[in-house]
Amino acid sequence: MAKYICKRLFMAVLTVFLVATLTFFLMNAVPGGPYEAEKSISPQAKAALEAKFGLDQPLFQQYLTYMKNILRGDFGPSLKQRGRNVIDIILTKFPVSAKIGIISVMVSLLVGVPVGCVAAVNRGKISDSAIIVIATVGIAVPSFVVCSLSMYFFGVKLRWLPTVGLTSWKNYVMPVFSLSFYPTTYIVRLMRSSMLDVLGQDYMRTAKAKGVPGAVSLFKHALRNAVLPVVTYLGPMMAYTLTGSFIIEKVFTIPGLGGEFVSSITNRDYMMIMGTTIFLATLMVTINFLVDIVYKFIDPRINLK
Amino acid sequence: MNKNPLSLQFKADDFLPASEEEKQGLVVMRDSVSFWRDSFRRLVKNKVAMVSLFVIVVIMFFSFVVPAFYPYSYEQQQKGAENLRPMTYSQAEQERIAAGEKVTPHFLGTDKLGRDYAVRIMVGSRISLTVGLVAAVIILVIGALYGSVAAFFGGWVDIVMMRIVDIIYTIPDVLLIVLISIALKVPLNTLGDRPGFGWVGTVGPNLVSIFIVFALLYWVGMARIVRSQVLVLRESEYVTAAKALGAGNGRIIRKHLLTNCIGTLIVTTTLQIPSSIFTESYLSFLGLGVAAPLPSLGSLASTAINGMNTYPYLLIAPALLISLIILSFNLFGDGLRDAFDPKLKK
Repeated sequence: MAKYICKRLFMAVLTVFLVATLTFFLMNAVPGGPYEAEKSISPQAKAALEAKFGLDQPLFQQYLTYMKNILRGDFGPSLKQRGRNVIDIILTKFPVSAKIGIISVMVSLLVGVPVGCVAAVNRGKISDSAIIVIATVGIAVPSFVVCSLSMYFFGVKLRWLPTVGLTSWKNYVMPVFSLSFYPTTYIVRLMRSSMLDVLGQDYMRTAKAKGVPGAVSLFKHALRNAVLPVVTYLGPMMAYTLTGSFIIEKVFTIPGLGGEFVSSITNRDYMMIMGTTIFLATLMVTINFLVDIVYKFIDPRINLK
Repeated sequence: MNKNPLSLQFKADDFLPASEEEKQGLVVMRDSVSFWRDSFRRLVKNKVAMVSLFVIVVIMFFSFVVPAFYPYSYEQQQKGAENLRPMTYSQAEQERIAAGEKVTPHFLGTDKLGRDYAVRIMVGSRISLTVGLVAAVIILVIGALYGSVAAFFGGWVDIVMMRIVDIIYTIPDVLLIVLISIALKVPLNTLGDRPGFGWVGTVGPNLVSIFIVFALLYWVGMARIVRSQVLVLRESEYVTAAKALGAGNGRIIRKHLLTNCIGTLIVTTTLQIPSSIFTESYLSFLGLGVAAPLPSLGSLASTAINGMNTYPYLLIAPALLISLIILSFNLFGDGLRDAFDPKLKK
C-alpha cells in the first residue's frame, strides 16, 4: 500500500513538473511577448518593464528562477494586471469556479446514479428505453450547445432565469445544468451497465434465495458493488467540470478562473499562464490521485502493487 | 429379373461415380463466412447504425460536394443582404427576381456581414468532419504502432513506453491543447510562407496545430487498447510459426498482430472521430480554433451567441448540426463494435 502511494505520488509530482516545464518553454517559444501588443508603450518603458520582471534574462535562467520561486510558493506578479499577484487573482477567482463545479458534480451524482439504477432494474421496459435514448443523445451534445440553447430558451425566450451575474440561486441553475449535463448522462450509462452486470451475479441470486427483501438486496448488495465504476469516473469528471467551466464562464459571463486562463493566454501574461496552468494541473492530478487511493480502499478485491 | 433380397450379389448401379447433383446434396457445410462478411451482415441488420451511417453520408455530401455547386460562397459578402431572415431576399435580389431572374433563396438567412448562412454551415461542418477524420487517422497510426511495439517487445521497452503513456494520460489535456494551439500559431504561419510548405497556408495554421495537438496527446487511449490486444495475440501459435519461418519483427507486427486486431482498430478509430470533433468545436467556441473567415460549427455558434435575441436560428442551426454529427458517429461506432465483437454487446 505504502509503496503504491509513494509511486503514485512520485508520478503526480513528475506530471505537474512536466506540465510546468512544457508550458514554460511552449509559451516562450512563441515570437512576441507580453508588451508587444501595447502600442502606447515606449521602448524604454518596455525595456524597464521587462527588466523589472526578469524577462530580459536568458530563457533558461528565467526558467530556473521561476521554478525556484514556485518551490517557495511564490507565483510572482501578474504582468498585465498591474500590482496584483498571480496567487491573489487565482484565490479570488477560483472559489467562484469551484462553487459551480462542486454543485455540478453533486447534481450529476445525485441524478445520474439513481436514474441509472432505475433504468437497470426496469430493463427492457419503456422507462429504460426512454432513459437510454436521453442518455445517448445527451452524450453527443457538447456543453456549449447545452448552455447556449438553455440560455436562449429559458433566459431569453421564457425569461424564467437571469442570464448574467451570480447574485441569487436562480443564477446558478443554468450554469450548473449545462455543466452537469454531460457527466450526468455519462454516469447514467455507466451506472446502468454496471448495475445490469451486478444484478446477474451469483451473489444476487443467493441473496434472493435466502430471502433477503428486494429493497435490501438492491441497496446493500447491488448498489454498493455497482457504484464502483462511477467512483473511477470521478477523476475524469472533475477534470471535465474544471475545463468545461471555461465555456460556461464565457457564455454566462461568470468571473471565474477558466475565463481568466483563456484571457491570460491571449494576453500573453506569462506569469498568469504559468500560475493557472500549474494550479489547475496540480488540482487535477491531486483529484486523480485521491480517487485512485479511495478506490483501492473501498474495493478490497483490487490488489495493490 | 426378380432378385432375392438376401442375395449378396452386387448391384452394379451402386458403384457408378456420383453425379454432380448428388455430390451437392451431400455437402453439409455452406460456404464459409469470412470475418468481414459476418461483421457486415450484423452491421446491416443493426437499424440504428444504418440510419446513422445514412445521416453521416448525407451530411458529408452536403459539406464536401454541395458547396462547390452552391451559388454563394462562404466568404462572399453581399452588400444590402445583411442579417436576412431565412428564406427572405434583399432589396437588390427582389429587384432581380422582379426582372425575371432566378435567385437562390438564403435557406438559413445571412449573417451580419451579408454572407449566406447555409453555405457557411456546410463549410463549417466540412471543417469539423475533416478535423474528425484526419485526427482519427493520425491517432490510429501513432497509437497502433506505439501500442503494438510496446507490447511486442515487452520487458523494459514496454515499461518505459507505458510510463510515458501514463504521464501523457494524466496531463490535463485541454490546458495543453489551448497552450499548444496558441504556441504553434506563429511558427506555422512563418512555415507556411516558405516554399514547399504552402499547404500549411491553404489548410490554415490553426487547423494544422489542432492536428499536431491530437497527434501529440490523443493517441494514448488507442495505444493502450492496442497494447492490451497485442499482449494476448503475440502468444498465439501463428506468431511463433511466423518467427520460426524467419519473419522479421516489423513483418510480424504489420502482417500478423495488427491485422488480427483490425476490428478493435476500426471501432476505436470510429469512436475517436466524434471526440475529435467535440474538441475542435470546443476550441473554436473559445476562439482558439480555425481562423476567420473560415467557419467552423463551434465558431459559428460562438459568434451567434451575442445576437441570439434577434437571430436565434444562427445559433440553433450549428448547435443542432454538431450534436447530430457527434450523435451519428457515436451510434455508428457502437454499431460497428457490436458487429465486430458481438461478445461485448450488453
